[in-house]
Amino acid sequence: MSELDHAQTTRHIRVTVNGVQYERDVLTRTHLGDFLRQDLGLTGTHLGCEHGVCGACTIILDGQPIRSCLMLAVQADGAVIRTIEGLAQADGTLHPVQEAFWDKHGLQCGFCTPGMVTTLAAVLEADPTMDEVAIREAISGNICRCTGYETIVDAALQAASRMRGDH
Amino acid sequence: MGARYFGAAVKRLEDPKLITGRGQYLDDIAMPGVLHVAVVRSPHAHALINAIDASMAREHAGVVAVLTADDLGDMARKPMPMMAPAPMVKTPLTQSPLAHGSVHYVGEAVALVVAESRAVAEDAAAMVMVDYDPQPAMVDLAHALKDGAALANKALQSNLAGTLKGGFGDVAGVFAKAAHVFKETLSLHRGGCHAMECRGVMARPDPSGNRIDIWSSTQSPYMVRRALALCLGMDEASVRVTAPDVGGGFGPKAVVYAEDYAIPMAARHLGRPLKWVEDRGEHFVATTQQRDQLWELEVAADAQGRMLGVRGHCLHDNGAYLPYGVVLPVTSMSSFPGPYALEALEISLDVIYTNMVPNTPVRGAGRPNTCFVLERLADRVARELNLPREEVRRRSFVQSNQFPYETGMKARDGSPVSYDSGDYVQCLDLAVAKFGSDFKARQDKARAEGRYIGMGIASYVEDTGLAPYEGATIRVQPNGKVLLLTGAAAQGQGHKTVFAQIAADQLGITPQDITVEAGDTSLFPLGIGTIASRVAVTGGSSVHMAAVETRAKAIKVASQVLEAQEADLVLEGGFVKVSGTDRQVSLGQLALMLHGNFGQPLPAGIAPGLSATAFYEARQTTFANGTNLCEVEVDIETGAVKILRYVVAHDCGTLINPMLVDGQIRGGVVHGIGNALFERMIYDENGQPQTTNYGEYLLPLATEMPRIEIVHMESPSPRNPIGVKGAGEGGTIPAAACVISAIEDALSPFNVHLASHPVSPQDLVQLVDQG
Repeated sequence: MSELDHAQTTRHIRVTVNGVQYERDVLTRTHLGDFLRQDLGLTGTHLGCEHGVCGACTIILDGQPIRSCLMLAVQADGAVIRTIEGLAQADGTLHPVQEAFWDKHGLQCGFCTPGMVTTLAAVLEADPTMDEVAIREAISGNICRCTGYETIVDAALQAASRMRGDH
Repeated sequence: MGARYFGAAVKRLEDPKLITGRGQYLDDIAMPGVLHVAVVRSPHAHALINAIDASMAREHAGVVAVLTADDLGDMARKPMPMMAPAPMVKTPLTQSPLAHGSVHYVGEAVALVVAESRAVAEDAAAMVMVDYDPQPAMVDLAHALKDGAALANKALQSNLAGTLKGGFGDVAGVFAKAAHVFKETLSLHRGGCHAMECRGVMARPDPSGNRIDIWSSTQSPYMVRRALALCLGMDEASVRVTAPDVGGGFGPKAVVYAEDYAIPMAARHLGRPLKWVEDRGEHFVATTQQRDQLWELEVAADAQGRMLGVRGHCLHDNGAYLPYGVVLPVTSMSSFPGPYALEALEISLDVIYTNMVPNTPVRGAGRPNTCFVLERLADRVARELNLPREEVRRRSFVQSNQFPYETGMKARDGSPVSYDSGDYVQCLDLAVAKFGSDFKARQDKARAEGRYIGMGIASYVEDTGLAPYEGATIRVQPNGKVLLLTGAAAQGQGHKTVFAQIAADQLGITPQDITVEAGDTSLFPLGIGTIASRVAVTGGSSVHMAAVETRAKAIKVASQVLEAQEADLVLEGGFVKVSGTDRQVSLGQLALMLHGNFGQPLPAGIAPGLSATAFYEARQTTFANGTNLCEVEVDIETGAVKILRYVVAHDCGTLINPMLVDGQIRGGVVHGIGNALFERMIYDENGQPQTTNYGEYLLPLATEMPRIEIVHMESPSPRNPIGVKGAGEGGTIPAAACVISAIEDALSPFNVHLASHPVSPQDLVQLVDQG
């Protein structure tokens, strides 16, 4: 089979995204970010570099923040995925990280925001005691050109505090 | 009525959808039947095109068309117009929407592959066979004007596009009488835009062929409309351009690009909606960049360290074309003399064609360049005269009793450049006070411990609120909610929020009562673009003017409805009220009344609609200023630089929303830190870009960036009705200069002198070893 024939190969996959089960036939060469955006219409996940550095495409897969541009959709067969669209509650109540981004001006153009928010939601849900140094380390794989990061860090600290139940 | 929202840190109206993934950036817009485009780009910095064979690509399954300049006809072959004409350029070069006969930088668009998916389009793009005849490339700015230098384009006799000259005073006299004259050779390096959202264009032709809808991730939807309507021979009303949510701009997205022309042309040619979204690899080679300059300068100073005069010459790389005319080098020229009250100035600037991606403004435009060279000169004077660096600046600044201060330079319309307001010394002193007075002691102690910390300083003046105008319409609807329409689209600045703040106070409502629509040419008639720190001044003032007029109309009509004197009426909570009574009428009722009913004339002398449109025309420039101080530590073994503190004292006039201004400053400073330490766009001797991914081209990351401590000073501008000055670039302009100043100070025991940026750890280790 030639390289271009491979480009036509499909596989059947099942994924759970934001609590909804999907079954789709997907081209094997399609990366997970394109699958979420194009096949499922979940365009909140953004593609900033497609070489795994900028972090804009970060989603939460089986509890871990991962870059959806570095994983093929077929590799996600059976996975449970959360994207930016699935972080707020059904009644619209924002995730503490989303709320804090709004409060602290943690976004300007908003393009890196889905990746920042999903990264921080995943790591703070795992450990809401993270301090500023740990938070900066956690988002060191997410590039923001607008904010200079400080207000993102402040938002993360506020969210961590709220997630610890400090107030 | 006192200000309630103007001046407050109002949370952004833009954010709820953006933090929940409901933004609509260009690639998010659902478009039934859309076809996807991949662009075939030149792999050569300079080559002739002998032939293009697209037969294999055209036969590939899923490909709808492969289009070259010849397929799209004269429109695609003709060079695009300069966005700002430059009569001084003898051989004005702009590229064509698709290359025709030759290419002049790696990344230049050659052909479009249209397919059912982007992946298939990219597969087929690799099958388009272009027969190139490579030519010598010009990439060495320093030798661009030397005998035997390769020419960047066959149409040129010389790589010199033109020379800008500016200055004032008796330069020879000032240098002759000066106690000190020092010479510097300085250089700055290019960087890219790197908005996290790359560019993109989508076009949907009307089946009749008479209309076209275009979406572009642009800072200038009205410039795209103008360009396309003229090029396609269509009425402006038939070309609708929308800038949807735009994921950052930083200057390069203000350009009307080849793809802005070629995608709509191809969509009309095929009669199908088309979408092209730039990928990051393309962004590195096809989106404009900026900052390469080589300078030779001299500064004259008196015995007390006051700078009296500057003279110098610059080689300015503008890349392969002049899409923006000479606007970029002009901003370098016109940023002299900075905050300094020089007696004489003489600058010449050679604009050079090379075979690299065209240069247009990147955050700060030519201002960070001029700031860097002026601040290096100021530091040099301080070092030579053994004065504190801040003292040289205090002594050399325009003083507070000199405003309005005519610098001696001429604006583009020939009028004298005149700084409007401020107190540069006080602003510097605010930064110095915030920084603290213990630095020298800490530096001595650190050095005794073998640690090298340094303090940096940089001051700047920024012209903001660029002419000619922006405008706004305010329209109260019968439900009492307000529609605010403007041409001034945003790329993250928060225009909707600040415009709503300005209008809310006038109308006695909340910002949440106002829906702001911006960046859709079908909703507002005219606009210029979001560039050059101009929208708070131009857009903000026009919103204020429209709101004042709407308020006056509401009061006039309400005085008839309520049978009260206009002077007794106030706007509060969505009502016009008679002060001290319970008589009131809602804005919605007034709007309903002025929308009119069948057969009932409106009140005499009242035009339909509770609305107003205003254009603010910027006939005089406003000037922001500030001083930055920072502290760095340099590891002399590894060359690593850590920024320990960063202090900004900033005066952009009256603040509309301090939280958003702080955001602009922080992001801007970090961009400048990137220019100083990280961002390196390397081309090899053949003009091949070497740093085309984020492993090779480094951007500032959260782990390296300091907190930015900000002190505001507010010197209202007397030149617009709301007293504001622009804030979009004031962070970036001095930041690289400030960081370089600090590194030099840290390494002063090794006699290190820094004359360029970015500086790498390797550079610093080498300089320390030589010291």
